[in-house]
Amino acid sequence: MAKSKNTLKLKFDSARNLDPAPESAAIAKIADRYELFINGKFEKPSSKKYFDTINPATEEKLSSIALANKADVDKAVVAARNAYDKVWKKLPAKERAKYIFRISRIIQEKARELAVIETLDGGKPIKESRDFDIPAAANHFFYNAGWADKLEYAFPNRNPKPLGVAGQIIPWNFPLLMAAWKIAPALATGNTVVLKPAENTSLTALKLAEIFQEADLPPGVVNIITGAGNTGAELVNHPGINKIAFTGSTEVGKIIQKSIAGTNKKATLELGGKAANIIFEDAPIDQAVEGIINGIFFNQGHVCCAGSRLFVQESVYKLVLQKLKDRIETLIVGNPMDKNTDIGAINSKQQLDVINNYLKIGQQEGSEIFQSSCALPKKGFYCKPTIFTNVAQSHRIAQEEIFGPVLAIQTFRTIDEAIEKANNTAFGLSAGVWTDKGSKIFNMTSKLRAGVIWANTYNKFDPTSPFGGYKESGFGREGGLHGLGGYVEV
Amino acid sequence: MFDIIPDFTATPKIDQVGVEERASRFTKRSLKGETKLNGLMLALNMIDLTTLEGKDTEGKVKQLCYKAMHLLDAYPGLPTVAAICVYPSMVGIAKKALGDSGIKVASVATAFPSGQSTLKVKKEDTRFAIAQGADEIDMVISRGKFHQGEYNFVYDEIAAIKELCGEVRLKVILETGELGSLDNVRRASDIAMYAGADFIKTSTGKIQPAATMPVTLVMLEAIRDFYYKTGKKIAMKPAGGISKAKLALHYLVMLNEVLGEDWMNNEWFRFGASSLANDILMQLMKQKTGLYQSGDYFSND
Repeated sequence: MAKSKNTLKLKFDSARNLDPAPESAAIAKIADRYELFINGKFEKPSSKKYFDTINPATEEKLSSIALANKADVDKAVVAARNAYDKVWKKLPAKERAKYIFRISRIIQEKARELAVIETLDGGKPIKESRDFDIPAAANHFFYNAGWADKLEYAFPNRNPKPLGVAGQIIPWNFPLLMAAWKIAPALATGNTVVLKPAENTSLTALKLAEIFQEADLPPGVVNIITGAGNTGAELVNHPGINKIAFTGSTEVGKIIQKSIAGTNKKATLELGGKAANIIFEDAPIDQAVEGIINGIFFNQGHVCCAGSRLFVQESVYKLVLQKLKDRIETLIVGNPMDKNTDIGAINSKQQLDVINNYLKIGQQEGSEIFQSSCALPKKGFYCKPTIFTNVAQSHRIAQEEIFGPVLAIQTFRTIDEAIEKANNTAFGLSAGVWTDKGSKIFNMTSKLRAGVIWANTYNKFDPTSPFGGYKESGFGREGGLHGLGGYVEV
Repeated sequence: MFDIIPDFTATPKIDQVGVEERASRFTKRSLKGETKLNGLMLALNMIDLTTLEGKDTEGKVKQLCYKAMHLLDAYPGLPTVAAICVYPSMVGIAKKALGDSGIKVASVATAFPSGQSTLKVKKEDTRFAIAQGADEIDMVISRGKFHQGEYNFVYDEIAAIKELCGEVRLKVILETGELGSLDNVRRASDIAMYAGADFIKTSTGKIQPAATMPVTLVMLEAIRDFYYKTGKKIAMKPAGGISKAKLALHYLVMLNEVLGEDWMNNEWFRFGASSLANDILMQLMKQKTGLYQSGDYFSND
């Protein structure tokens, strides 16, 4: 009776074709135009220039965003310095904490609107912005608020002091969450902030500015300047900045590192990654397949710690691949505002081009491509969930960060081989290990050169847990006690 | 029957945290419009309407059979439930009451619910139910023997009952609430399927917890692995604890995403439930009229 193995296919069309369940875009109040947030007020840019921000799912314009030039950056830094010297530094720590608590509560109150804006502006599924981005952002403020008046316990006998003005530059993959991740510890430790969001996704940071107003945060404590790379460069090079916190590409990280060389500026850089997700034969296979899916397809793969290199022990390779392909067929790809969407829109045309180029490179290198049979919307920037097999360490798709829903799969035979291949990369941000055996997990975690290692799970984040990388993935840690350390002099 | 019977001491590993996380993701699906309506109709059509009480009488069973055939006459075009599930002594009565309605009669057997008897008695119990006209047999496994590690004993018992059943479809109740871990749920599922089960079923309804989504997910994945290996489809029946339409829809989402559309009918999936039908009817009327009606507008049989 047995049909030949590994050829049986399950059918998932009905699982993918559910009636639309759209979240309402109407609850998001988006202005036609946004100015710069400097010294507690929204101010017109001295550049007099604005740029468009679009919805990557529809390619429609959402709003115009002010472009900050050198003079604007200077104004923002001066405002932050004044606020630091005259207000924030002198404020009792528990008063600082009250502001931060207030901010997190307002984020929670406005969670639905923020989630909708995050999805409209960035293309991520509403399910993710609703259940992950926004709650996690509120949690970062809550967590750090708690530390504000307990810093002498965080750094016992070391008399922690704030650094001054922090210049923070954040990426487009988790806009509000990255803002929270950077602003919350800076405020809790008594610093003031000039933050530049990514030019594709400025909206939730500007909404956050409105929340600061509503929370009566003293003017100048946080300033938000919008713009592209040039604005960021002005911020990095400004002499009034004491600390640079950057999350983004390794390429830009290197430029920042060069330009602050020889200055007194401190820095934490959280850069790219090419994480190994390692599946052993004794792993819980079905749960590991879920981990592979979460690891690479979460947020369209626009995740610096994405599990973009999969290593499967050869004895279970066929089974894992069969299950993975069936699972990919069930993923719902499309309108990010639909509550059932698993994979939304690629953040920008530019990024889609980058990803598509890697799809070409992978095939030219001789890897075998498999994509979901799903249909993609006609308009907007979309990419089918993709896996590559027959991949070698020497392939570019196994070495370079693609930052999209593209997985490179390799096999291994022994534990040593898995460790060697996993570490054989310029990056070192994160890794995943799947096995039923506890001792094997501890052996792996002590030998993998990565800042974060997940065991039998993937992409788990918590404000209490430090995050950061080795090698070209950057330095410094964010989150938890370690994250506070980046903003104090001890 | 199969080329290779696996070593049941070495069944695949299950990670409980991962299973629970995956199960909760199904509950995030938002079903609207036609999808919801079709889902509700399908769920209704998958019910094994159940009465398994010491106080069951001819009158009670007849009423239940009438309910099975006439779920809500005020709503034309409704499907019927899939089957009536009763004790062996009630099979003849149910069979007669249901006539040629097409609704099947399922009978619990093998010293239900504990299974604490001899194979001889279990076989006699099964034989009687089949002789009375049962279309399906819901047997229980020997959980005591299972915990003693006597997997071959459990396997042989199921195989013996299946041999008696012949064309009668056999549901094997694992009583997952007594198995203690998801690893054991997976192991018991594999034993049952290789021994000849047509269905694997979570619970008797007499033990808490009964069916849960994580347990059902592990069983559906066992069915999928068995299908991958042998090409043979096995049906699934969660039973006990599913009394709300919304939860039933979550189960259907899970079924659809784990086994796919070939399993989305009552030949391959059932809900063992007594009060689920009325909640689904209430939701269907809400879909139709826009208003929730009082429970008094739905018959309690």
